[in-house]
Amino acid sequence: MIGPSVAWVATETSEAWLVALWRLLTLADYNSRVVILGTALLGCAAGVVGSFTLLRKRALVGDAISHAMLPGLGIAFLVATLSGGDGRSLPILLTGATISGLIGAAAILGLRSTWRLSEDAAFGIVLSVFFGAGVALLGVIQSLEAGHAAGLEGFIYGKTASLSWTDLMSIVSAAAVALLMCAMYFKELALLCFDQAYAESQGYSKWWLDGLLMSLVVGVAITGMQAVGLILVIALLIIPAAAARFWTHRLSRQVVISAGIGMAGCFGGGMASALLPNLPAGAVIILACAILFLFSLMFGSSQGMVWRAIRRWQWQQIMLRQHLLRAVYERAETKISAPEIAGESEVRIDIADLMISRSWSKPLLERLVDNAQREGLVTRIGSQVALSRSGWIQAKRLTHQHRLWEMYLITHADVALQQVDRLADDIEHVLEPSIIHELEQLVQGRTVEVAKSPHQLPEPN
Amino acid sequence: MGLDGWIWALDGWILVAAVLCAVSCSLLGNFLVLRGTSMLGDAISHAVLPGLAVAFWISGSRSGTGMFVAAVAAAVVTVFLIETLRRTAGVDRGASMGVVFTAMFALGIIMIVQVADHVDLDPNCVLYGSIELTPLDQWEIAGWLIPKAVVTLGITLLLNGLFVALFYKELLLTTFDSDLADSMGISSQVIHYGLMTLVAITAVASFESVGSVLVVAMMVVPPASALMMTDRLSGMLAWSAGLAAMAAVMGHGSAIVVPSWFGMGSTLTSGMMAVSAGGILMVCGLVGGRRGLVTRWVRQRAFAAQVAADDVLGFLFRLEERAKSNAPTSAATTGHEPSESLTTKNPATAVQLSTNLGQSLPQSMRVLSGLVRRGEVEPSGAGYCLTDAGRRRAQLLVRSHRLWELYLVEQAQYEIDRIHEKAEAWEHVTDESMRESLDRATSQTALDPHGSQIPPEVERHNP
Repeated sequence: MIGPSVAWVATETSEAWLVALWRLLTLADYNSRVVILGTALLGCAAGVVGSFTLLRKRALVGDAISHAMLPGLGIAFLVATLSGGDGRSLPILLTGATISGLIGAAAILGLRSTWRLSEDAAFGIVLSVFFGAGVALLGVIQSLEAGHAAGLEGFIYGKTASLSWTDLMSIVSAAAVALLMCAMYFKELALLCFDQAYAESQGYSKWWLDGLLMSLVVGVAITGMQAVGLILVIALLIIPAAAARFWTHRLSRQVVISAGIGMAGCFGGGMASALLPNLPAGAVIILACAILFLFSLMFGSSQGMVWRAIRRWQWQQIMLRQHLLRAVYERAETKISAPEIAGESEVRIDIADLMISRSWSKPLLERLVDNAQREGLVTRIGSQVALSRSGWIQAKRLTHQHRLWEMYLITHADVALQQVDRLADDIEHVLEPSIIHELEQLVQGRTVEVAKSPHQLPEPN
Repeated sequence: MGLDGWIWALDGWILVAAVLCAVSCSLLGNFLVLRGTSMLGDAISHAVLPGLAVAFWISGSRSGTGMFVAAVAAAVVTVFLIETLRRTAGVDRGASMGVVFTAMFALGIIMIVQVADHVDLDPNCVLYGSIELTPLDQWEIAGWLIPKAVVTLGITLLLNGLFVALFYKELLLTTFDSDLADSMGISSQVIHYGLMTLVAITAVASFESVGSVLVVAMMVVPPASALMMTDRLSGMLAWSAGLAAMAAVMGHGSAIVVPSWFGMGSTLTSGMMAVSAGGILMVCGLVGGRRGLVTRWVRQRAFAAQVAADDVLGFLFRLEERAKSNAPTSAATTGHEPSESLTTKNPATAVQLSTNLGQSLPQSMRVLSGLVRRGEVEPSGAGYCLTDAGRRRAQLLVRSHRLWELYLVEQAQYEIDRIHEKAEAWEHVTDESMRESLDRATSQTALDPHGSQIPPEVERHNP
């Protein structure tokens, strides 16, 4: 279904298309310049404000408040029309919408504090009741005079592709005010988000700070709604802020990254919708933001899923290698009487024996041995392995740690002998030298090179 | 003026459809509200769009079961994505809802523009059926002409009712203590996705027939109202269903009536239903039996009055006590219990009470007249003194007070100068069984830490 546009792009890789791209990138076109600059600024402001609402666990507040603006719009229109004025005059409509947005915000805070309703219930109530009132009012208006109401709906759903110079100016001023407020009250807002009780103990009123944050949301929503539409505003208030969380946990950086993602999404989305035919700008911008979110989710430097998966995989490899070394060492122990003083390449262990000791599959064990050999920890001789010098040292240390922990579990944690091996398997990799020392004192009262195993060691065959 | 325009054949069916929708949404809504996912209705109402687009793309028409199935599928995908983002990536629940539903909506808009630029598939109206039109689209069932919406919503309600009735225990457990549920072998995941699938079906069935405003409202507002009335899940289910039905009826009535007050034609029913639900929430928030503001205020006033009366009785009791100990102790030395007849009357005036108890004079007088009416205090000379009934109640109060003081010193290691305030606060809420426990927990001494006698428990059936 996206065929036609793709085909269009493919066949038009001629100069004309490059020129169009160039004109767009340099913002030479008046129309695209206004659209892209306007939405990007809005994305920036929404990204900043959204960071705070997200941390305050009120990500959906923009959703509730922007829906709560509808009845104000209807009332403003009705009052203006019935008193003989122009019902579609922008200042009147904006005033009405702002007032009802603020009332909605106050209602959310009131429902929260007076009746202890949860955040999301308060959002749902304000959203649905206010929006219902707005729908009913629009119904009245439509029955009043069909022609007039049409403009009002466009007001909610926006007209991203046809932003005017006045829209741009109002976005510029609103964004400037929002950014300025956030900068001025950064410390206070941060306190509100992270430790409300502490903020209150420092003499900041919760009401004033929450009110400030809500007012900022109302400001962004009202500017954005008439310019780019309800859903896009909601998306811009949520998606960039949520994406920024994957990159950092410092609030100051998070705000900047969120603003950047908001701007980038708007910029990219605006470009795409201008270049490709038949793509509504608002929707494309949301999708661009969503793609940036997905990218952050995957590759974000702090919480990205890919890095997390890689870290987990690396850790698993370390654990497996350490298990291999210990398995070899423990087999070696059964073959010679005093493994502490034995040389490294003296003792050769059958790989088949190792397989029994840890229930590894053959391919896995082969891979482990190969990897360990590459790191110079073991040497492979036919179907046998022997520890190298550094492997020998590491294996001794690991075995020591494993057994210390086993002993500790038996003597101090009352864990049954049959269970300690598995429990120690998880812990032996993360024991620090200071803990080892403490364990040695605790379990044995002296320092030895390799502790005795609490298990009955199998006889060499 | 009024319900002149009411036509049963139309308005009756509208009402039936609205009530069915409201009740089935609110039944499930209880669990959404309790689980902190109240905004799911709103999220789903936007997120079904790509499903509709795909269905339209495949079938080329905008009606039939294909649309329904695709929308439900999209809603389930939405729920799944929200949950996955929250669980595996640790995104805040509200944020993950916001990300998913706006992205799905945008995707849907783009798909619709690509697929159906010249076809009548307006994103604003394909979603939102209009409840006013429900009577027009009818099916003939067993000789009856029944609106399609009534049939589908009836089935939905039946499904939801069955689900809630059959899995009541599981829903209760997974909602309030999912760890306990898991440990009892009830998979909270399975229940969660079952619930969410049903929410999706309900939402889509309702969008189609009555529009999304009503769904979002009925999934949140009546359950929140029910929370004002009760703390029990079963009670909440019943209240929310009743209130939702009420909101639907009121909404339809007011959609016809209210605009006529301003000389205008009737307005959209679904909007007014949401507004009615909001009005009902306000009423419940004021007079609700559990969290209602007025209820809470009345309860507080009653308690304050009880405390004031308790204070007066306790004061009078202590006056008598002091007089008794100052009186010649002949009875005590001869080994007899001081009997009732020996009690000297010790009246206190209202002025005396108000200065000693920190009450205003009118308050003291009000309290006294109340106590006189209840026969616990009687006028005596210039002042008032205890009757037998009053003395019994006062004795228990003073007993509670002194037991608490003893307990605080002995068991909680309080400083002796800090115990009076605590005991003063708790004596009003201490009943017999608690006194017994206190008595058992403290040493069996008859004196409190200040050296006053701890009066004995009053015999219940004193002749």
